[in-house]
Amino acid sequence: MPDSIVEVKNVSKIYKRDTMDIPVLQNLSLGVPEGEFLALMGPSGSGKTTLLNLIAGIDRPSSGSINIAGTDISTLSESALAKWRSRHVGFVFQFYNLIPVLTAYENVELPLLLTDLSKADRKKHVETALGVVGLSDRIHHYPKQLSGGQEQRVAIARAIVTDPTIIVADEPTGDLDRKSAEDVLALLEQLNQEFKKTIVMVTHDPAAAEKAHKTRHLDKGELSMN
Amino acid sequence: MKIPLSYSFRSLWTRKLTTFLTIAGVALVAFVFTAVLMLANGIKDTMVATGSDDNAIVLRKSAESETLSIITFDEANTIGTQPEIAVGSDGQPLMTKEVLTIINLRKHGAGPSDLSNVTVRGVTPDGVMLRPQVKLTEGRMFNFGASELIVGNEIADRFDGMEIGKTIKFAGRLWTIVGHFDAGKSGFASDIWGDQNQILQAFHRQAYSSIVMRLRDKKDFSALKTKFESDPRFNDLKIEPEKQFYAEQSETLSNFISILGIVITVIFSFGAMIGAMITMYAAVANRTVEIGTLRALGFQRRSVLGAFLIESLFIALLGAGIGLVCALFLSFLTISTTDFSSFSEIAFGFTMTPSIVISTLVFATLMGFVGGFLPSFRAARLDIVNALRSG
Ligand SMILES: Nc1ncnc2c1ncn2[C@@H]1O[C@H](COP(=O)(O)OP(=O)(O)OP(=O)(O)O)[C@@H](O)[C@H]1O
Ligand SMILES: [Mg+2]
Repeated sequence: MPDSIVEVKNVSKIYKRDTMDIPVLQNLSLGVPEGEFLALMGPSGSGKTTLLNLIAGIDRPSSGSINIAGTDISTLSESALAKWRSRHVGFVFQFYNLIPVLTAYENVELPLLLTDLSKADRKKHVETALGVVGLSDRIHHYPKQLSGGQEQRVAIARAIVTDPTIIVADEPTGDLDRKSAEDVLALLEQLNQEFKKTIVMVTHDPAAAEKAHKTRHLDKGELSMN
Repeated sequence: MKIPLSYSFRSLWTRKLTTFLTIAGVALVAFVFTAVLMLANGIKDTMVATGSDDNAIVLRKSAESETLSIITFDEANTIGTQPEIAVGSDGQPLMTKEVLTIINLRKHGAGPSDLSNVTVRGVTPDGVMLRPQVKLTEGRMFNFGASELIVGNEIADRFDGMEIGKTIKFAGRLWTIVGHFDAGKSGFASDIWGDQNQILQAFHRQAYSSIVMRLRDKKDFSALKTKFESDPRFNDLKIEPEKQFYAEQSETLSNFISILGIVITVIFSFGAMIGAMITMYAAVANRTVEIGTLRALGFQRRSVLGAFLIESLFIALLGAGIGLVCALFLSFLTISTTDFSSFSEIAFGFTMTPSIVISTLVFATLMGFVGGFLPSFRAARLDIVNALRSG
């Protein structure tokens, strides 16, 4: 898979609890071509979140390598990895994970504070991102003044504002009602089709998986094809 | 500092009650700390203002304070012949041979047997002249040769029966109060003054307590001091610049208050620091997912450390600010206490200085830092994945 933007090679992840080893992923390989919208499914505890965290660079594999857009992230130092995440990864969480004391605008601006952009440029980016998710009229609202669906759209704006290489979404519709879930999925689909974003999404929801180009199933730490 | 300050401040604000209580704890400690330093400083000010730059004071070598000093009439006469002493308009040396005694008086509101020591100072006409800070505010000067007294404002304000025209009894005589005087910040404000001769006679004293003299030239002091050290007639006496003498007198009390006060506030401060620590640990525990999110977005560990330390420092500095403002009101207050070197009553004010403000701010910053460091360190050390899972 020479044109894969995400290359997971022979990755194992073993958690250690006390003296017990808990193997979660075993010798797993996965390639995601640029511009793909991939859904990861599988039973609870199968290691979906673990795999997503490894790809997003917030966790490290016990063995194997992870190469994203030409960078072997398993060799980066901790602070280099943090810097890398801020440039290359957009996060969407199940529970949105917005900062409650910051407004929608400030939440979306957060990742830009790690760039060299001027205040005026940041403003442009934030307004564009909030425009894409259709929340231009909620800029100065705090998370608790928004509905769950709106919160998740702010979170998506935060994930795209730095124009990252990949977007990782862990059960992005898991906490939403049907209607809001559809809005969020439509938005992810738009990001993928219109803006050519590579998206890796973990989901339990077959309807969500349907929006993706491809679905991979994870079971007992091993991937199987559709 | 990449994480915006508004994040830290607003997070504090969402925990209004705990934040407020923690600030109050720090404020209390800062207040006591400031008050102690202000008092120690007020004591120094009072004592230093008591002395004058141009005067020298002679005391018995073994005497710790003016009231304990004895200078015989012979010694006094010898001192009077020294050429370094300035000459007054009457052609006589400009010096005052004074006698200090202590009487017991009742403070306003004190019980019938609850008496305080008050210094009565017998002075000569030169004694009045050598103390320009002493000014009559009411009534008149006492007449030399009469059993009359003038009373310092701190005593007039605080003790029973000090009104003009009243008489008080001591040393077997009735003395009439004829005036009140103000002595600025100086310790004379806690004195009662009368004619030196009258007081010597009434108390059957055969010696003076101290001699204060104006020098012809300040530069003569070292020559005079050498003379006191070498001449056998002055063997038992010592001479010091008046200002230095009073400054040294204040040191014991002022140091005692500073040291005791600082020790107590440092002990208190552990309470405030533990309070700040508990508050900050709770903040970290409540915001674990937030911390995980910030780290996932790419904020470094040190940014998280900084954001939480700022919260703790903000609590500490706000507390210090409140403590300082409250302590400032103490400037309007005078308190009186027993001067340990003379065992008589002396009144002091609280004096604020820029260096006290800085000390309090530094002290509070330290409290905030120590209280906030461990919790902030824990926040910075959180594992991202575990922090995100804890939600
Ligand atoms: N930090 C950890 N320490 C120990 N075990 C862990 C840790 N993180 C995950 N695990 C274990 O690894 C396994 C896979 O966890 P993971 O969260 O990846 O599953 P998942 O597929 O995302 O499940 P779900 O669908 O419930 O979200 C689980 O058995 C979990 O208990
Ligand atoms: Mg999961």
